[in-house]
Amino acid sequence: MLKLPIYLDNNSTTPMDPRVLEAMTPYFLNHYGNAASRNHPFGWEAEEAVDYAREQVAKLIGADPKEIIFTSGATEGDNLGIKGIYEMYASKGNHIITATTEHKAVLDTCKHIEKSGGEVTYLQVQPDGLIDLKELEAAIKPTTILIAIMYANNEIGTVMPIKEISAIARKHGVLVFTDGTQAVGKIPVDVNKDGIDLMAFTAHKMYGPKGVGALYVRRKNPRVKVTAQIDGGGHERGMRSGTLNVPGIVGFGKACEICMTDMEADNKRIVVMRDKLETELMKLEEAYINGSTEHRLPHVTNISFKHVEGEGLLMGFNKNIALSSGSACTSASLEPSYVLKALGLGDDLAHSSLRFGLSRFTKDEEIDYTIKAISETVLKLREMSPLWEMYKEGIDLSTIEWAHH
Amino acid sequence: MAYSEKVIDHYQNPKNVGTLDKSSKTVGTGLVGAPECGDVMRLQIEVDDATGMITDAKFKTFGCGSAIASSSLATEWLKGKSIDEALTVDNMDFVEELNLPPVKIHCSVLAEDAIKAAINDYRVKNGKEAIKFEESLVH
Repeated sequence: MLKLPIYLDNNSTTPMDPRVLEAMTPYFLNHYGNAASRNHPFGWEAEEAVDYAREQVAKLIGADPKEIIFTSGATEGDNLGIKGIYEMYASKGNHIITATTEHKAVLDTCKHIEKSGGEVTYLQVQPDGLIDLKELEAAIKPTTILIAIMYANNEIGTVMPIKEISAIARKHGVLVFTDGTQAVGKIPVDVNKDGIDLMAFTAHKMYGPKGVGALYVRRKNPRVKVTAQIDGGGHERGMRSGTLNVPGIVGFGKACEICMTDMEADNKRIVVMRDKLETELMKLEEAYINGSTEHRLPHVTNISFKHVEGEGLLMGFNKNIALSSGSACTSASLEPSYVLKALGLGDDLAHSSLRFGLSRFTKDEEIDYTIKAISETVLKLREMSPLWEMYKEGIDLSTIEWAHH
Repeated sequence: MAYSEKVIDHYQNPKNVGTLDKSSKTVGTGLVGAPECGDVMRLQIEVDDATGMITDAKFKTFGCGSAIASSSLATEWLKGKSIDEALTVDNMDFVEELNLPPVKIHCSVLAEDAIKAAINDYRVKNGKEAIKFEESLVH
């Protein structure tokens, strides 16, 4: 049975898995102790639960539990990982390399570092959304301390060549930070095989609760340290003070455990639905997939429907289908998606894009409904679009002198 | 962002979508906005030479729901108005009628500009001077 509205905005956040909620509930109601309370059973229970969750989280990414620092989410992890390295390794250098398609939590952290005297290189990406490894290597200088490149992109799902990036970094004695928010729990991520030194990720993108995340910090080969950004009671081995969010952490652990056991089977189903959605929508004229289709998350696609504006398109069905667009009009800034622009897409195509993110809860009939609703709306809006009319008349839109606002 | 009922209604049932013969002397065409900005409006009016009345109006718009609603509303307002009356339509009239939030004011400005551009196109075609309008502040 089809139930509306349909949720296809899973890159933004995922619904919580009922198994996760079940694991969390006792830690709100019965085992509500502070994990730092060492002198009574309430504290012991909480600490034990946190330790168990730490193991579950570590296991998903092939890490040691001691390498997991719990945070409030990926934004905090990005801040702690990057600023923490910048401060800790100040005597070694002040140069960081990142890319223009990173999440704002990384880009704005880098801007902050620039203001405080650091130097940041922002690598351009290729039209498929991947960085050029030769450019990366060429950007490394004696003062480079960190390469911060995301594992997978939140808008287009492009998966970066992390293994190759870390091999280059190793060769030059530079640390690798990666924002693993979109990748962890969705595709196999192994900090050792991938050569990652630091990685931020979060529970709510993998069917866990909001408000809890982790920063992986390597302890061996090499031993990495970060300067704390939140001072206080010295929790998380001094790297992140603040009373631990025990129910959240328990849920995060459970979410990681489920991802570990279900990932393969989930992805088999999800990729079939994603491919069907994509194939059917690409049957529309002048539709373009944004980013690499080869190196991509299995549950994501981002498509531009030329001569139709994204927000106008969403309005045709957003009571029934939750999606997001790279159009300026869906954000407060009036600028279209900087990620899509970085791929070299014109602003017009960036304005015309829709981002689809499927989940383990997505159903086949929801995909069928979505294909139909979007196709109909695109056709309807093109009938209303002066650009489509001109395109059909064979007018080259780039030759028109537009009145720029 | 939630849309007002009126915006939703115009979006779902747009009035006067279509194309008039832009080469006709009695038709004025205004094409404003730019694809890179995410809004392009084309507004056309048909004018009765003898009376100076707007007898028909059509639009096509590339843009968000508010841009589509503003242009749909513009065509409704223009039909049956004289050119002089049409010139008094102000962008704030759209904001009020459609309850546009601040972030969508540029859609109303675009609609006002489209009306003015269509009128000027008609004037120039008929040997009259284009009216010079003050620059809108919102641009």
